[in-house]
Amino acid sequence: MAEDIKEIAEVPSFTVTLMVRRYDPEVSEEVKWVDYDVTVYGTDRVLDALHKIKWEIDGSLTFRRSCAHGVCGSDAMRINGRNRLACKTLIKDLDITQPIYVEPIKGLAVEKDLVVNMEPFYKAYRDINPFLIATDKPEKERIQSPEDRARFEDTTKCILCAACTTSCPVFWTDGQYFGPAAIVNAHRFIFDSRDEGAEVRLDILNDKEGVWRCRTTFNCTEACPRGIQVTKAIAEVKQAILRGRA
Amino acid sequence: MSLNEHGTQTHHHQYDIVIVGAGGAGMRAAIETGPHLKTAVISKLFPTRSHTGAAQGGMAAALANVEEDNWEWHTFDTVKGGDYLVDQDAAEILAKESVEAVIDLENMGLPFNRTPDGKIDQRRFGGHTRDHGKAPVRRSCYAADRTGHMILQTLYQNCVKLGIEFFNEFYVLDLVMNDVNGKQRPSAVVAYELATGDLHVFQGKSIIFATGGFGKIYKTTSNAHTLTGDGVGIIWRKGLPLEDMEFYQFHPTGLAGLGILLSEAARGEGGILRNASGERFMERYAPTIKDLAPRDMVARAMANEVREGRGAGPHKDYVLLDLTHLPPEVIDAKLPDITEFARTYLGVEPYTEPVPVFPTAHYAMGGIPTNVKAEVLSDNNTVVPGLYAAGECACVSVHGANRLGTNSLLDINVFGKRAGRYAVEYAKDADFVPVPENATSEVEKLLALTRNSTGTEKIAVLRKELQDTMDKNAQVYRTEDSLNEALDKIAELRARYQNIQVQDRGKRFNTDLLEAIELGFLFDLSDVLVMTARERRESRGGHFREDYETRNDEKFMVHSMAYKLDKKPERPGEDIRVDWKPVTITNYPPMERKY
Repeated sequence: MAEDIKEIAEVPSFTVTLMVRRYDPEVSEEVKWVDYDVTVYGTDRVLDALHKIKWEIDGSLTFRRSCAHGVCGSDAMRINGRNRLACKTLIKDLDITQPIYVEPIKGLAVEKDLVVNMEPFYKAYRDINPFLIATDKPEKERIQSPEDRARFEDTTKCILCAACTTSCPVFWTDGQYFGPAAIVNAHRFIFDSRDEGAEVRLDILNDKEGVWRCRTTFNCTEACPRGIQVTKAIAEVKQAILRGRA
Repeated sequence: MSLNEHGTQTHHHQYDIVIVGAGGAGMRAAIETGPHLKTAVISKLFPTRSHTGAAQGGMAAALANVEEDNWEWHTFDTVKGGDYLVDQDAAEILAKESVEAVIDLENMGLPFNRTPDGKIDQRRFGGHTRDHGKAPVRRSCYAADRTGHMILQTLYQNCVKLGIEFFNEFYVLDLVMNDVNGKQRPSAVVAYELATGDLHVFQGKSIIFATGGFGKIYKTTSNAHTLTGDGVGIIWRKGLPLEDMEFYQFHPTGLAGLGILLSEAARGEGGILRNASGERFMERYAPTIKDLAPRDMVARAMANEVREGRGAGPHKDYVLLDLTHLPPEVIDAKLPDITEFARTYLGVEPYTEPVPVFPTAHYAMGGIPTNVKAEVLSDNNTVVPGLYAAGECACVSVHGANRLGTNSLLDINVFGKRAGRYAVEYAKDADFVPVPENATSEVEKLLALTRNSTGTEKIAVLRKELQDTMDKNAQVYRTEDSLNEALDKIAELRARYQNIQVQDRGKRFNTDLLEAIELGFLFDLSDVLVMTARERRESRGGHFREDYETRNDEKFMVHSMAYKLDKKPERPGEDIRVDWKPVTITNYPPMERKY
């Protein structure tokens, strides 16, 4: 068995260039791209490279992060033109012969460097009633079959990182659009057999800024770091508005 | 609102209940307080970014949905798992109230995995047994391997439903106490608003600390970057004691070299730990329950395999978690996230390859001492009226010298709820404690120390040196010499901290400044951990002294209580006094811990 073991240590180090979009209105209204050369290892992620810049070169570089392994949803950003979590993007998986471009997610106002104002995104989430609506008062747990639970399993994985919503061309041009993440979270309840609030949520999403704005470009599905089938969930919500929840 | 001479704006708020921290414990408390009294929840992160969301395997409760079980067995396991340093009255409450805690969450909407007949499913976890250690029992209620994520989401969803007021990305940096009839009483907390650099004073009748842990004192850790122990550090700086700080849990299965957590559920579902020759080595260390022995024993066994040259890999510095005998559909259904971590971060395919793992700093058993009503204590018995703590930052103590897996998600729910309930009870009849004139002065000193610094020492360098010395000297194995070395090193780092360099001079989103302040809390908590570890000259649970290898109940069947002394130390550690507190024993006299 020992021979079958993949050896992982001896990680090689190499130098990469990061081009980071910097903006600090306290200093200047001007946006600038700044390049940084950093030495990284094979297991390093883009977040590690950003930390190297902040910790060794320029402490003023500002970005959000917390768990550093893709579950808290703090560090969604645009890396080489694609929305990703910096802590889940291994540098060795990018083309390191070219500079790595890092910029804030699009469609939300930039506050400083890679930090955006998330409030419009959170508001859309709150507006779809993101909580179980049920009138029964069970004494023990409600009964739910494994099949009924599986119906909404995929959309429970959302970490509210905004990678999907800020990859959506409709959201870029119309900030009023609820956006994929809010619809995903509505889906999570609409298809939960314990929930009684589907009608309310479907009404909300039947609005002119609701699901019908979706042009099925699949950017959201590609962007989701949790692998949620976002476009499919949106399509299921559309179906439910037309034919009722199946 | 007022403006001080440095141009810092200060805003004043008044709430009946002020909760610091929006993880599981803080939000569970808010759900109790919100419907009754005006509540503010203050958090350095947006609530769903809290580290509760990283918890994976499950939440223990003797529902007996899949096999015979009862709360008394759970109590016994908790006490034995904690190497008898658990307060048994608290453990009884934890186990008894666990069933209600799980049902509460299900009723709030949490999507637990289900049995074929639609009840909450349960699985095995380390140290949880049937009938006092006879065999592993299925007690952990779970939602795939993202139970913490689902708890955090569900609690936040219910806070949205109740209209709880949140102040997100507000860093609480001080607790303000004031004199009431000759006694110091909590009056307010002072928070620094990340977006603006403004200060906010939140006056509250009841103040609940639910600020989580401080894994960032170590280099290899499963903890988030933001887990810097600010809340525990604030309490310490107020002159209030900290309990059992020497007991820090190292989770056996961190991804080797990275520390990212792979849930114990992997072993609960049948995963096996092997050394380089493929031997299932836990059979030697815990013949009855093997890989499902408590975490401290498994972590030490792994470290021992590596020390004795049986580690795997080119440097023989890790062991292997073998899931290859599990059907891929079981892995996909029950362990999807952690197997993805192995693929993403190490490029290992768990269907066919064993995963390199090594212990990672995970959980503080100790913290702010409380009684079972979550009231904070100022010595072994005296309650600080109006001040509460719950979750990892607190020490009730239900985890004793070693926490069992799935008992922390339980702890935040049971004691978060209790903190909320008793905070309401108190605030209903209490008056506000007046906020003193100079309420923000301590925080302004902190900000001045760092913001105006023109030093040369880099924050990240000092932090790394601290983490290196803690990993080297105060980890799974400890000795008097290693702990003294750590104390000396921390003292050196503190001196250099006076010459720190903060490059960002701005007011908006100044995370550079905050990292400098967080580092100060890490120094304080490291000192306390090392001092209490030095004074506990025995081995118990997560605390293993190579120079005192056995448990010594005659001398050390007591909690440590550390106090900050108001003096300049001549030798490192002299400004900390370590005292002791009796353990509450109800039904289980200490016995040797064998599995």
